[in-house]
Order: sequence, then structure tokens, then C-alpha cells
Amino acid sequence: MTRIEFSRRGFLATSGAIVVSFAAAPAAAAMRPPAARPAAEAHFKTVALDQVDGFVAVDAAGNVTIFSGKVDLGTGVRTAITQIAAEELSVPLDRVRVVQGDTALTPDQGITWGSLTIQVGGMQIRQACATARELLVGRAAERLAVAREELTTRNGAVVRRSGGKGVPYAKLIGDRRFETKVDAAAPLKDPASYTVVGRPVRRLDIPGKVTGTFVYVQDFKLRGMLHGRVLRPPALKATLQSVDDGKARRVPGYVATVRKGSFLAAVATSEWAAIKGMMALEPTWSSWAGLPESGKLWEHVRGSRVARDEALQTAGDTAAAMREGGTAKVMSATYDFAIHTHGSIGPSCAVADFTGGRLTVWTASQATHLLRQQLANMLSLKADDIRCVYLEGAGCYGRNAHEDAAADAALLAVELGRPVRVQWSRADEHGWDPKGPPTLIDMRAAVDGGDVVGWESMAFIPDRPKGFAVTLVAAELAGLPKDEAFPGNVHQGLAIPYAFPNIKATARWLAETPLKPSWIRTPGRMQNTFANESFIDECATVAGVDPLDFRRRNLKDARGLEMLERLAKLADWKPRTAARAGDGDVARGRGVAYTKYELVRTYVGIVADVAVDRKTGKIRVERCFVAHDCGQIINPDGLRNQIEGNVVQTVSRTLIEEVTFDRSAVTSIDWATYPILTFPDVPDVVIDLIDRPAEKPWGAGEPTAAVVPAAIANAVFDATGVRLRSVPFRPEKVLAGLRAA
Amino acid sequence: MTTTVNLRVNGKPTKLTVDDPDMPLLLALRNDLDLHGARFGCGLAQCGACTVHVDGEAVRSCSFPLSAAAGKSVTTLEGLGTERKPHPLQKAFIDEQAAQCGYCINGMIMQAAAFLKKTKRPTEEQIKTALADNLCRCGTHLRIVRAVKRASEAMG
Repeated sequence: MTRIEFSRRGFLATSGAIVVSFAAAPAAAAMRPPAARPAAEAHFKTVALDQVDGFVAVDAAGNVTIFSGKVDLGTGVRTAITQIAAEELSVPLDRVRVVQGDTALTPDQGITWGSLTIQVGGMQIRQACATARELLVGRAAERLAVAREELTTRNGAVVRRSGGKGVPYAKLIGDRRFETKVDAAAPLKDPASYTVVGRPVRRLDIPGKVTGTFVYVQDFKLRGMLHGRVLRPPALKATLQSVDDGKARRVPGYVATVRKGSFLAAVATSEWAAIKGMMALEPTWSSWAGLPESGKLWEHVRGSRVARDEALQTAGDTAAAMREGGTAKVMSATYDFAIHTHGSIGPSCAVADFTGGRLTVWTASQATHLLRQQLANMLSLKADDIRCVYLEGAGCYGRNAHEDAAADAALLAVELGRPVRVQWSRADEHGWDPKGPPTLIDMRAAVDGGDVVGWESMAFIPDRPKGFAVTLVAAELAGLPKDEAFPGNVHQGLAIPYAFPNIKATARWLAETPLKPSWIRTPGRMQNTFANESFIDECATVAGVDPLDFRRRNLKDARGLEMLERLAKLADWKPRTAARAGDGDVARGRGVAYTKYELVRTYVGIVADVAVDRKTGKIRVERCFVAHDCGQIINPDGLRNQIEGNVVQTVSRTLIEEVTFDRSAVTSIDWATYPILTFPDVPDVVIDLIDRPAEKPWGAGEPTAAVVPAAIANAVFDATGVRLRSVPFRPEKVLAGLRAA
Repeated sequence: MTTTVNLRVNGKPTKLTVDDPDMPLLLALRNDLDLHGARFGCGLAQCGACTVHVDGEAVRSCSFPLSAAAGKSVTTLEGLGTERKPHPLQKAFIDEQAAQCGYCINGMIMQAAAFLKKTKRPTEEQIKTALADNLCRCGTHLRIVRAVKRASEAMG
């Protein structure tokens, strides 16, 4: 039996094998009202970011509960956070639980995005644990009447360094609050003493996931829960003129048709009845054909209204460096990167309940706090009357449709006053989740002898509104208050790590983009690094320098250089100054790419080995070598898993993925029309992890993905002499390149 | 009008009373029997997340009507093994840490279990071919192949 524990009382019910219970023991300390406050207050636990009690609770048995605003999106961070807390608090791993992304219980640590969960969220938790540990040592020193220097912590207790009996945490704090602020100066443990951090601890969730007991949001049930399915218009902005639900109502188990503006849903007592009911609805929609012609996408992007240009990086005077008549060779190229969808294997799902004016939503949202605010805006409720509770879904790789499913369920629950589960279909997910926007990047460089003397780049990317929200589909369809769509920090990655004398990197922020944008793994950094690291390779060729060496000689960064050294060794890189361009049926080549993520954190270098079939145009990525330095490693196997996933997913995105659309809607609405890489085409991945226990841990969920597309393009150049500048590298583009060569 | 369908699920005789026997087997397992190892991924038999065994054969339960399982024996991920007594494949997936989000893993294990019954000592290439129609989005493929290989060796 699987238990899901919640702390707010008198609310939830049980259904089938999934039991929802209340005020479970480990969280009890956090739930107890402080004496000064009335016991009836709904939210006893502080969620303040600056309070130890925001993050940590110890119960009477000495079990520790960590409250994390960052959530595990299938990347293993629950295990990593458990390791961080167990280490800093000196408690065994199996005494630590992590509650994630519950707006009533966890501090708002921001969206789980941008490879920041360990780097930022984990470090907030580490500092809270360190503060707690200091407090516990101080209390024990008083109780034992010894100097605190004589004490240390071990196995859930404060003990004398000299040995002898210690005092368990449970006696010092069990079921009580810390009542203290997180102390930024609280000393952290010496990494040299670590026994849990840095070890390949097995993931806590995998046993349940491989035996069918793990509870995903798709598995969550409430007693009396109804099932809703939303029927979306055939064109993105078509409006609902009328609907005949006569046939739907004859489906056994059908409960209601909910219509609000152009939001149209069928609700039934069973999931199958909801599906059949939805299919039996007979709506009349207006026509709408406002999308650009897909064959002219890049002309459309280039011609889109410009909101503003923003200088992202400037050095020297690029205009002077590129002046005609000088000694430098001026070269230019344009790169484009297709629209991508998240492609979660499990379509989005959510359950909502609206009782007594309070809304609770169970969701796989990577941003429960932000979602709560969005739902409050949409439904004209107070945020305090909404609770969003995280449950894992299928991997989302960014802002997919989990929030939209939550809005659907919330709207239906409020309309009907009964708990409603909404499960999106595959076509809903592929057709209506927000997309990684199309990205066009112009590059120019001046190469003088063996050196780049001028570098200019301009990325055409959708503008960013103020907030981080993405417009909820339900709010759009129902005509309710809504947010603008934030595309992610898609300018990141355009600035370069190389010490060229003259640089100008510009974001051309566009006022529009064809499909609603959002962030997909490595947003902007993937596209921009593709252009940068492909074009630097083109410069190296013109300069007549080995591409790996070319990068080295333009880097002034010791860690970056060490990483590239390790990469060269790992891949057994053989220097070359021109493409091999073999002429057999299958041409083989290798390419390199490098990034220092956002110029401030994780270093990644990659060498990709490819085989290009000259007859079919098909590229096979055979092997990728990755050298990776993200500072202190929390869990090396979890890190390898992330790096492997980054490579495989990005090979898929680079070689084959592209959202298609007609003038009205997305037409790549399933796995046949939006294929992804399958087992026979998956490359080997060889990894060298550079662990720096004394350094800060940086993110690893995205950086590797940034370097994959350029490494493949550069390898294809080595193999064939053809430069691929348009993702995806589908066979027809390869063949066209070979013909033109 | 309701219909009754009799079948065996994970060894147990099971009687299901439903409005529509043409509902997908997947929904009957997940909603009527609370067996949620099999997952809804596409409803189109394209991804494999919903794979179960019907009379020992791997089928995509999202596109397999409940009525077609009448009188047959259905095995789900839960029936294969448990955390305490895992099937060699489940154990191998744990040992290889072969999951990220884990949503596709049901299909990987169930497809591989049917495959290993017929192919005792597969090569890596054979495993990749056997799983070619099962989709994983996290990019866990390399670990999945290693896990299946490890299980095949453990199963002898």
C-alpha cells in the first residue's frame, strides 16, 4: 500500500490502494502550533525561506523531514537532497524524508528549472541543516555542561568527541520547533569528512517505479472524484459557437458538459465515459488560420516585429575589426533551430478539489507556488485559499502542460463543486503544450591569420514578459484573466567564453512567435551554443587550426582548460586542421564543442563520433565523450544518469525533432508525426566526471545538452565537409548539403 | 446496461462489471483494479508505457479492449514481482539504476520479460531491436539495455 501524507486536517479521503492520511509522524513537529497562536489556524508550519523550521523538522523518534520547494522531476534530486540533509545533520539516510513542492508546507524556492535545484535549492537546505546542527550542538553543550568544541554530531545525536554517551536529537528538539533563522554563517561540514555526499547512493524512488507501487500524479485518486476531458478547438484560436451534447449525455456515467467561453469539457464518473462523452460532443467552432506558413518560418521569424535589441556582451569595436579592406577574412553564417515540444511520455494530469471555498490541486507542476498564483488570478480566488501539492509526473524537461492540466481540473472542480481529475490525451500534449520557440541566429566573424579578431552574433528570440508564468490554456479558452507567456531565459548562452578582442552579442527580442513559447531543457543555451560552437569550428577551419586547440588557445580559464585536457585524453583526440571528408558510402567524423554554462558555472566538453550514410543522408551518432565539471558532486551515479539522458535526448532533438503546423494548429500530434530517437539509434556515452568536493556544487540537469548539437554538426563537417546549420539534421538536409558540396 | 467480464489478473480470478466492455484494458486495470504499474502514455499503441502480458504475450493495453481479455490471463508489473520479491528484471533495473522519471519503465520491463522468455541470451543489438518500439524521453536507454542484459544473465 502506498501512503501519501498530508498535513491539513479534515480534508482528504481514501480510494482504492492509495491512502491519503493526515499529519503523519515525521511532519508532526512542523504542524504543532506555537503556543502563541490559536490552534485553529490553518497553516501551522512556517514556509519562510529564512527560517530553519521552513525546511527542517525533527520528530520525537528522531526522524527528519526536509521541506523542499524544489521538486524531483525524475532527475533524482529527491535522493540528492536527502543525501545533502543526512550529511549535514549527521543522520542516517533512512531517517530522512523529503516533502516536495507543497505550497502549504514547503518554502517557495523558485521554479524547479535552470539546473538550480542542487546549486541553489540544495544549498538553502544545506545551510538550514547546518544552522539546525549548530543549535542542537549548543543545546547539548548546555545540557551536558561542556564546551561545544568538545562535541560533534553522529548518527542523529550530539556526542562527545572523546566518546561516551551522547544526546539524541529527539531529546533536544523532537516534535518542537527550532524557532531560529537560517544562519548564513553557520559552519558547514568539511567536505573531506563526507560519508554520504559524493557517494553513488541508490535512488529512493526506483524500487517503487519498477514494481508499480510508486504514485505518480496520474495515479492519484480522491473518493467521489469525477473524470474530465477537455475538447479543444481544431484551430488554436477558434472560438466555440455552439455545442450539442445530446449524444454525450446518453453515455452511461456522463455527468455534465462544462462550457465557459471556448473551454468545453465532458465530465463523467469514469475515465472511459469521459473520453466517450467528449468524443460524442458536437461543437461548432469558428475558423481561424492565423499561423504563418510553416515553409516560410524563418522569413517570418526574421521579419517579426522587434521589441528591442539588447547587448548581451560587448568588447572592443567589432565594426572596426570587420571593416572591409583590412587583412582579416570576414565570414558570416546563419543558424536556425526548429520548434521543439517537451514530449513527456505521460501526458499531463491533475486532480483538483474545491471545498468550502478552498481549492486544492495535486499536480506535477515544476512550480507549485507560481501555479497557485496563476490559479488565483484565473479563478479570482485568494492565493491563500489555494494549495498546490506536488506529485511526480512523467519527466517534463521544462514547462510542459502540467500547469495547464491543473488549470483544467481547477476550473472544473470550481464549476462542479466536486473533485475532478483531468488527464490530457497524447494529441492534447503534443498539440497544446507550449513549445521551445524557433530560434534564428546570425553570426559574423573576422579571422586574421590564426586568430579571431572580431565576433558578432544576433539571436532572434521571443521577448520576455515580467513574470515567469506561461499562459494557462484554460484561461485562454475560457476568457479568464491570464498571464503572458515567458519563453525562458533564451538569451543565455549567446555570450561566449573566448577572449576575442572584439565581441558583440545581441539579443533581438521579438514581439511575437508563432506558437506559445516556454522553456524546454537548456532553453536558449542549446540553440545559442549550437550557433557559437559551430561557428567557432568554422573559424578554426579558416584559421587552419585544430578545433580543440583553437578553443584552448582562446580560453583564459584554468578550469575550462583542465576540462578540455581531460576531454582530449578521454576521447583520444587527434589534432587535425581540415575535414577528413572521406568518400566511402559511410563517412565518419568527430566534432568537439565546449561550454561554460551561462559563463558562470558548470563546464562541459564533448566529442561526438558520427557516421553519415552518403546515400540516405542519415546521420548516426555512434559515441559521445563527455568531460564534466560541476564542482562538488552530490551523487556521481545520479550525475552520470543526467549526463547520459542529456546526450541521448539532445541527439534526438538535433537529428530528428521538429514541431510541424498548418495555418491553424500543430500537426505533429503524436509519436508518428513527432518521432524521437529509439533504441537502435542511441549512442554510447563515455563520461569523465571531474569532482571538486571543496567547491560549490553547480547544476547538471541541462549543461551537457548545450554542447551536443554543435558537436554533431562539427563531426558531420569532419566526415563530409558539409556544414549543417539547421536543426534538425534530417536526411534531406544532409543530402542537399552533400549535393551542394 | 452493464456487462461482466471474467479474466485472471496476476493469477487471481477477477470479475469486472463495466458499462462498456470495449473500454481499454488499461483503464480497467488502473481504475477498476487499482493496478497502476501499466501507464497511460499515448492511447495509440505507439509508446509502450501501457504494456502488460495477455496469456504471456506483451500487448499494449491502451489499445486492447477489455472484452478481448475475457477468459485470458493478464499479468501486470505488479504481478511480475514486488520490492521484496522482485523479478530478475526488476532487480536488474534497480541494480543498474535504470530509470529517470520512470514513466516508461513499466513498458521496458514488460516488453523485455516477454522477449527474454523467447530469447535467452540476447546480444545488446537484439535487446535494442526488441525494445525499438518502446519510447523513453529521459534518455535512459543505455541503462535499460544494461539492465536487460544483466537480467538475462541472472535468469541463465
